Amino acid sequence: MIQLSRWKVILVVASAIIGCLLAYPNLLSPAQRAALPGWLPKNALNLGLDLQGGSYLLLEVDVPKMREKRVTNLIEDVRVTLNGAGIATNGFQREAGGVVVTLANPAQSDAAFKALQQLGGAAGPGAQVERTATRLGDNRIRFAYTDAALNSMGATAVDQSIEVVRRRIDSLGTREPSITRQGADRIVVQAPGESDPSKLEEVIGQTAQLTFQMVDVENSVNDALAGRVPPDSELLQGEDGTPYLVKKRVLVSGENLTRAGVGSDQNGRPAIDFRFDGAGARRFGEATAANLQKPFAIILDGKVISAPTIQSAITTGSGQITGNFSIQEASTLVNLLNGGALPAPLNVEERRTVTAELGADAVAAGALSTAVGFAIIVVFMILAYGFLFGGVSVVGLVLNGVLIVAAMSLTQATLTLPGIAGLILTFAVAVDANVLIYERMRDEARSGRSVIASMDAGFNKAMGTIIDANLTTLVAAGIMFVFGEGPVRGFAWTLTIGVFTSVFSSVLVAQVLLGYWLKTAKPKKLPIAE
Amino acid sequence: MRGWPLIKLLPQKTNFHFVKYSRAAGVVSIILCVASIVACFVPGLNMGIDFRGGASMEVSKPAGQEVQLDRVREAVNGLNLGDVQVQGIARRDTNVDDGSTAILRFQVPEGRDQTQVVQQVEGAISKAVGQVNYSGVSVVGSKVSGELFTSGLLALGVAIGLMFLYIWFRFEPQFGFGAVVGLLHDVILTFGLIVLFKLEFSLNMVAAVLTVIGYSMNDTVVVFDRLRENLRKYKTMPLRDVIDLSLNETLSRTIITGVTAVMVLAALAIFGGEALFGFSVALMFGIIIGTYSSIYVGAPIILLWGVKRGGGASDDAKPVKLGMASRP
Repeated sequence: MIQLSRWKVILVVASAIIGCLLAYPNLLSPAQRAALPGWLPKNALNLGLDLQGGSYLLLEVDVPKMREKRVTNLIEDVRVTLNGAGIATNGFQREAGGVVVTLANPAQSDAAFKALQQLGGAAGPGAQVERTATRLGDNRIRFAYTDAALNSMGATAVDQSIEVVRRRIDSLGTREPSITRQGADRIVVQAPGESDPSKLEEVIGQTAQLTFQMVDVENSVNDALAGRVPPDSELLQGEDGTPYLVKKRVLVSGENLTRAGVGSDQNGRPAIDFRFDGAGARRFGEATAANLQKPFAIILDGKVISAPTIQSAITTGSGQITGNFSIQEASTLVNLLNGGALPAPLNVEERRTVTAELGADAVAAGALSTAVGFAIIVVFMILAYGFLFGGVSVVGLVLNGVLIVAAMSLTQATLTLPGIAGLILTFAVAVDANVLIYERMRDEARSGRSVIASMDAGFNKAMGTIIDANLTTLVAAGIMFVFGEGPVRGFAWTLTIGVFTSVFSSVLVAQVLLGYWLKTAKPKKLPIAE
Repeated sequence: MRGWPLIKLLPQKTNFHFVKYSRAAGVVSIILCVASIVACFVPGLNMGIDFRGGASMEVSKPAGQEVQLDRVREAVNGLNLGDVQVQGIARRDTNVDDGSTAILRFQVPEGRDQTQVVQQVEGAISKAVGQVNYSGVSVVGSKVSGELFTSGLLALGVAIGLMFLYIWFRFEPQFGFGAVVGLLHDVILTFGLIVLFKLEFSLNMVAAVLTVIGYSMNDTVVVFDRLRENLRKYKTMPLRDVIDLSLNETLSRTIITGVTAVMVLAALAIFGGEALFGFSVALMFGIIIGTYSSIYVGAPIILLWGVKRGGGASDDAKPVKLGMASRP
């Protein structure tokens, strides 16, 4: 085993060369890296947010709230449909996915059922039927979303949200944001270099749900404020706190917007110009034609932005929203509207921010402690085993360091602050392999074996122990990887890479170098055995 | 290659009667374990925001300017957030505590918007002590913190379970049992130290404890490997002597590796800054405990339990005198 075999020498030399090539870009500036010829590896270490600074946001899509809203809309659809068909109702009973209507007159049951069936089937050609009507006895009809529709609502909401969040963050010009799904209803946003999460949250947090609803002019706002809110209306506030009573039914919503832009009103103040798509233009045209001289409310995320009176039917599909916008507010709003509305509110469950300076300080502290730790090991190994044997393990240690950096750069695994700690610990554990081998050699030499025999036995007998010992570290790292989050995973990954590179470099390098020494020096005595 | 006196931490051959003292050590260990378990509940772990939910903020002023902690505390207390901790820490760039940097931890009361609360706190601080830098802000919701805590505990449990299976598979059941008792001992005492030093129990701390588990196993495996080898070699030697022999044979490795690891971690604790301090201190003590337990917990458990030794009366191994001062 200690005999110098050619493949071992080749393996060690090759890994040293490849390791240096892969680790080399870390010594260069980003500009120099970009200028490297194409065949050379360019990747440097991928620093985690805690080391390079940035923001991490964990968002949860509020699916229940979205379903609730959809059901509210469904109830209003039912109300309007039945009213339009001249069918009197006795009550609406809200359910999880829909509503049960009690009719005033059982004789109208057929007509009501037919009207609701039509409402349910009107989704469009080729579209899935999402809402169905069922009769419950003579005068009761349930109108509700199908289970399939309720389920897919949640899944699509998360997908759509990811899309919308991506568009919005892109509009901020953040560098390489990573937006990923986590679990069923969560989104992780990682924005390196973005150390002002409030800016991020501002654009992400707003649902940007734009709706046009009629103002309820039949009932008084004061009654509503006193607690008597009519069932088909809701009490909302304006930007300045003025209460508005508006109909719950949504005439047209932001989904029908095709384009928004910053414009100015007659007085030259910033305003938002918008254009509806075909369906939106038609619905808006019909609604304005039917409600001339009545006010309607333009509502963004539950706040009334303005409530102009309809002067004439608007059939062109374009219009303007005026309000007390600053030019900045107007352009933020335009970006939000163009990015699309979030299908459901997003709740920030976790946010972590590290400024770039703090990250740089962490890197400096990490580098300093790595250097000090490394120096301690070098001094200690040389003191304990002399220049030859100690030096051999130091060479192994250096190669180990190069290989770890190379492997981390190659796999682009994230290096975090605890990861640096893992790295330092890896160095300590790496020399353990050398210690095990050398101690075995000492034992064997003391029991009277020749130099070659004791070195051979040292490697052979220590190998099983080294593998056992490192497998346990691998198991611990694997568990951290599976159960851990963010930085802990980074730590686990560093530890894992370290286990492989350290066994490789401390065992093979020692075999090759000590093999060479045996061959050339032909020693009579093992220097580490006194 | 001559002429360098190698340092010797230990004489070449040691002959400590570890087993003799294992009863006393066991009593000490049990007392410490019980104390640690009690300490985990009263006064309890100093849960970080990862597991408790809430916010932590690092505020700093340029070097030399003071962030007045009492003013910050007063200002934030005025917001009715419940328990607010304000603590001065060392500057990140110089690693010196000159009063210019502080960490602030508080809870976000149920039903209040995280973002708004953080903004209110920032506003209150600016009003109290003037312009400050917010270099690191973390906010963890109660839902997520609960999940993180569960998955952290789960990770520890699974780690211990898997180690048991591994040792059982590689050695014999009683070895596995000894290893797991040693492991539990290390984990419990590490927790005890975390409580004793009021270190913040965070996600990083779970990583530290998991690493202690890995290291402790590593140490135990080295001892058990030698024990198994010696059990085969000296078939008639009394078990307690085989254990003593194996411990003595591996002692110099145990100490060299342990000392290296502890020194390196000490460097990390001193130079690694606030973020890694708790982490490295916990690891350091975990490794010291792990070294102790592989000598005084794992192996003596095997003695208590006994090992089935194959072969019966063997002819190839000469009976060895108790004490084992002379081995070939």
